[in-house]
Amino acid sequence: MKKLLSILAVSVFAFSANAGTLDDVKNRGFLKCGVTTGLAGFAAPDDSGEWAGLDADMCRAVAVAVFGDRSKVEFITTTGKSRFPTLASGEVDMLARNTTWTISRDVNLGFEFVGVNFYDGQGFMVPSALGVSSAKELDGATVCIQTGTTTELNLADFFRLNGISYEALPIETNDEGKENLFAGRCDVYTTDASGLSSTRAAAADPGKWVVLPEIISKEPLGPLVRHGDHQWGDVVRWSLNAMIIAEELGVSSENVDAQKSSNVPEVLRLLGVEGSYGEMLELAPDWAYQIIKQIGNYSESYEANVGPDTPLEIARGLNALWTQGGILYAPPFR
Amino acid sequence: MRSNANFFSDEKFRSIFFQTLVIGLFALGIYFVVQTTAYNLEKRNIATGWRFLTDPAGFDISFSPFINFKSTDTHLDVYFVGVLNTLLVSFCGCIAATILGFLVGIIRLSSNWLLVRVAYIYVEFTRNVPLLLQIILWYSILIQLPRVKQSLEFLDIFFISNRGIYSPRPIFENGFSYVFIAFVLALISSFILRRWAKKRQDNTGKQFPVTSSAFGMIIFVPLLLFFILGSPLSFDYPALKGFNFKGGMVIRPEFIAMFLALTIYTAAFISETVRSGILSVTKGQREASASLGLKKSWIMRLIIIPQALRVIVPPLTSQYLNLTKNSSLGIAVGYADLVHGFGGISLNQTGQAIECMVIVMATYLTISLTISVFMNIYNRSIQFKEK
Repeated sequence: MKKLLSILAVSVFAFSANAGTLDDVKNRGFLKCGVTTGLAGFAAPDDSGEWAGLDADMCRAVAVAVFGDRSKVEFITTTGKSRFPTLASGEVDMLARNTTWTISRDVNLGFEFVGVNFYDGQGFMVPSALGVSSAKELDGATVCIQTGTTTELNLADFFRLNGISYEALPIETNDEGKENLFAGRCDVYTTDASGLSSTRAAAADPGKWVVLPEIISKEPLGPLVRHGDHQWGDVVRWSLNAMIIAEELGVSSENVDAQKSSNVPEVLRLLGVEGSYGEMLELAPDWAYQIIKQIGNYSESYEANVGPDTPLEIARGLNALWTQGGILYAPPFR
Repeated sequence: MRSNANFFSDEKFRSIFFQTLVIGLFALGIYFVVQTTAYNLEKRNIATGWRFLTDPAGFDISFSPFINFKSTDTHLDVYFVGVLNTLLVSFCGCIAATILGFLVGIIRLSSNWLLVRVAYIYVEFTRNVPLLLQIILWYSILIQLPRVKQSLEFLDIFFISNRGIYSPRPIFENGFSYVFIAFVLALISSFILRRWAKKRQDNTGKQFPVTSSAFGMIIFVPLLLFFILGSPLSFDYPALKGFNFKGGMVIRPEFIAMFLALTIYTAAFISETVRSGILSVTKGQREASASLGLKKSWIMRLIIIPQALRVIVPPLTSQYLNLTKNSSLGIAVGYADLVHGFGGISLNQTGQAIECMVIVMATYLTISLTISVFMNIYNRSIQFKEK
């Protein structure tokens, strides 16, 4: 009876949580990728309605790895609250949604973080007219905070630790946060520093807003998949790693064709000229070549979406390669 | 075979058989759902259980008028804060919606052309626009109020800004409890007075000014005592300190938006219920009472409304239930109700979705059933009593 039930359960509810996500994606013909409801630089529709951003590129990279086509992806928006149920239920194949890697999410919620595509930390943004220069001066302030996030817990900890009080104004999406902050319903907006830069860039007059120096937490943001489907986890993990390794090896979308005749062995392995890494992942031999060709390496994606030349103006900082003073590091491609 | 056929031709047996079958299938269905859920949770390594209820919440809730909530309190405390906030907005909403609904319902039957049109437009507009949009509309209006530093001031003690309405908070000092006791006693004696007056009127036909004397008793007796005891009441006034007002009481825009939207939306439905109730009383009743020489307001109060109530109360109950359940939309504007706090933040921080939802649903069920019970008791009390 128990067995019958199990079979029924699986067939009736058709959850394919633990096996064969890669096959499901291939059969479906496109990737379903969970992203934010709109955070400029990470995932937001651009002027032509195309999803763009660091996280959007992550989704596209996986789509390219599987299909060799950057357009084979459906972006599904999720809020801070809906993201985990959406992934757990199989509605999306992966999340690339500014999600902080924590032990409870990794272990208790049944997910698997496959890497970090942005090292972030929680900060505070206030109107410069307030004349506040440190987060410790915020005693009694009203703080806009996205519910269901790690930042919500960090916020409570920070104020408790410093013995100052605040009033929380819970909000659901970044847009709501913007609206309340710009209307003065709250004095302070707190979220990941990158998110603050993004919000600031979207303000009518970015000069009127200042991000305070305190970074009160570490927020490693990365893509995640359901726990247990290691094959699929590997595909997403190495799609990310391929972009990082490409930067490390100096392979970019512009020189990738020329690099095919490089004399560096790791470049040849990465581009599928040598070895059979594509086969191991059940992908095409040139999967990484296609990612670099169609999306670019990590640096290209970073500079195009969040870097100093974009409205977000986020310096590489921690997100520079380990060889250049940052902590971005991918295991070797061999 | 034959006996079988006989059984099925027996209406009573057939009905019992099919009812048992339906119940059995339903139970089986539930069993499958529970089993499947448990199976899938286990397969995905999602821990289940109720232990998280006693874990510290770790986040803050700023709208908690009844409980002093800190981030070190447990998820269970989050639950209680949520329940109280849900009850608060539902209770205020039900009362205000009833008053507004009755008013609009009666206005729509009046002979004033302009008022009737205005009421008609109000009803048709509000009940045909989704409630969620109305909540968001009210909130959007409220956060466009002046910023906290430019608050509108009234008498230097009331401050209105987009952070809410700040007013003085009463502090009850020694002796105020006597005033309160006097108030309660006055309330009770008013009830006794009313019963006595009614009995006397039934027996002798003599009337007694119950309303005015009751009001006098309820207001003046405690007031007199209050001054005799030397005004044992002071106020804590709000004052702008740093980022926000400190002290006093505050009504948050989130609450106001919820309250306004729920009241205005539900009152539109209640007004239609009231209108249909009044129209259900036959014209002859009105004419008969008019021919007895009753005043117009008496006809409404003594003849029409009591009969209309029999038609009004059952649908009114469902409007109360709707309002209470609709208060769960508070999440749209960050009102810290049950769904937002416990069913939202706690759920999300702990990942215990099923447990949280079961608790939230059971709570709404309990609240709704309680409302139904009381409304049913009231309904029975206003039904025709055969004498």
